[in-house]
Amino acid sequence: MRPNPRLDAENVSVFFPLYHGNSRSLKKTVFAVATGRLGRDAQQRPGVQALRDINFTLRSGDRLGLVGANGAGKTTLLRTLAGIYEPVMGRVTIEGSLNALLDPQLGMNPDLTGRENIMLRGLYNGLPRSVLPRLEEDVAEFAELGDFLDLPVRIYSSGMLVRLGFALATAIRPQILLMDEWFLAGDAAFMERARGRLEDMVRGAEILVLSSHMLAAVEEWCTRVLWMDQGRVRADGPRDAVLAAYRKSAATATVEVA
Amino acid sequence: MSAAPANAPSITARDVALELHGDRSRRHLAALAVRDLREGLTLWRLALTLGWLDIRLRYRGSLLGPFWLTLSTAVMIGALGLLYGALFHMDVRTYLPFLALSQVLWAFLGLLIADACACFTQSEVVIRSVRMPLFVHALRVLVRNLLVLAHNVVVIVAVDLIFAVSPGVMALLCLPGIALWLVDSLAICVLLGAVGARFRDIPPIVASITQIAFFITPVMWKPEQLGARVWVLPFNPFFDLLEIVRAPLLGEMPTATVWGAALGYSAVLLALSWWLFTRARGRVPFWI
Repeated sequence: MRPNPRLDAENVSVFFPLYHGNSRSLKKTVFAVATGRLGRDAQQRPGVQALRDINFTLRSGDRLGLVGANGAGKTTLLRTLAGIYEPVMGRVTIEGSLNALLDPQLGMNPDLTGRENIMLRGLYNGLPRSVLPRLEEDVAEFAELGDFLDLPVRIYSSGMLVRLGFALATAIRPQILLMDEWFLAGDAAFMERARGRLEDMVRGAEILVLSSHMLAAVEEWCTRVLWMDQGRVRADGPRDAVLAAYRKSAATATVEVA
Repeated sequence: MSAAPANAPSITARDVALELHGDRSRRHLAALAVRDLREGLTLWRLALTLGWLDIRLRYRGSLLGPFWLTLSTAVMIGALGLLYGALFHMDVRTYLPFLALSQVLWAFLGLLIADACACFTQSEVVIRSVRMPLFVHALRVLVRNLLVLAHNVVVIVAVDLIFAVSPGVMALLCLPGIALWLVDSLAICVLLGAVGARFRDIPPIVASITQIAFFITPVMWKPEQLGARVWVLPFNPFFDLLEIVRAPLLGEMPTATVWGAALGYSAVLLALSWWLFTRARGRVPFWI
């Protein structure tokens, strides 16, 4: 393990080209029109400027919360920090082990058994084969699947699916943890049990980036908050100051709509 | 870093050192592409598992499993062999072994090309949720198609046994041909996968081209049926690539022209594929 993880964004801009007239692009278009970000790139291709000129440096001990309205670019920023989207301008530097919890169903194949899905996740994460039995044991124990472990995931109850997804996502501990808000959703009974495990993981991570609408979660886990608006950084600073400004702005916006 | 609590899982994520920037210089793009290939190869175990699961899931719950591939190929070759043997006035004892070999090898090429178009789009969810070398998906498509080929090879062996034909030691000469096929297959997956992710009209276009190629390439018919016009064949890349593997398995030595043309076409394919991969690699997650 590297002694000093780092996660830096330097003038990062991401432009989303719009090529396919599918629902996903349509949704993006609607968001973009609503937020005034529909534009064209240098080659006059239509698209969305999803991130504009994002700057920050994160070192060991930093806990960054991302807040902002839907379509503000939070998830795109997480994907960029995870190295999934490569920036068209600017620079992203990642050093240290990283785990991005973006999609609860990542790579889960409903036709495969729970055990096979666990093995696949281990392989997706590039774990050596010697670690796979340990991963399986850990996930099976937490998810409490019993004999269902050898049955296709397709027949699982929704509760079992959530448990498996959560157990898988929290089994591999990174130095840099990127987390989307889906992770905090779940039924109360399960969350109680999951909470300890999640807290272990969050505390164990040296750098945390959490994207959430649930300001309580940001308040609890983050020390610094980045407020995003239309792909730009609207405010970046200590948690309480930024959250106060964000709450005030959100309240005004609600009044305007009403 | 605080000490991990006792109940915490002890599995740590893999280390990453990445610097991604908007530099579109050829050198930077090439370095990232090389890194993708290298990391993709180290994940060979994942590619093997995914390819194997693809086949297993396709035939899940069926009695014969993937051996349906063997059976349907056998039925088709038997039927076509009798029909075309009669139409072309050829001796079934020589025509059928030829057809079995040609058809199975062509099926590999044809299915691989069709599959390659969806190489990246079919893994959309994974590509958008974790950073992973794109080359893994190309390896997966290759593994899947090699498994299909392995099931169909049974038919070739059976037909050869039934008609007591054997290519002899010459068959070993197919090995360099197969090696070239593996390299070309990966190049096709990367090339068509990237184009297919960007332009959704690619699969039907590719399917039409492969269909035409099937008729103009001597798969069902023998090259010598062209008579004096046989010299045109090496201009068809499909013929050269097919011939470097097929001829040795029929007990014939592929001509130098055929090998030269196969190498030439492969070089063009690899160059094109590399050129596109270096440029499209970083863009694929935005396209799918």
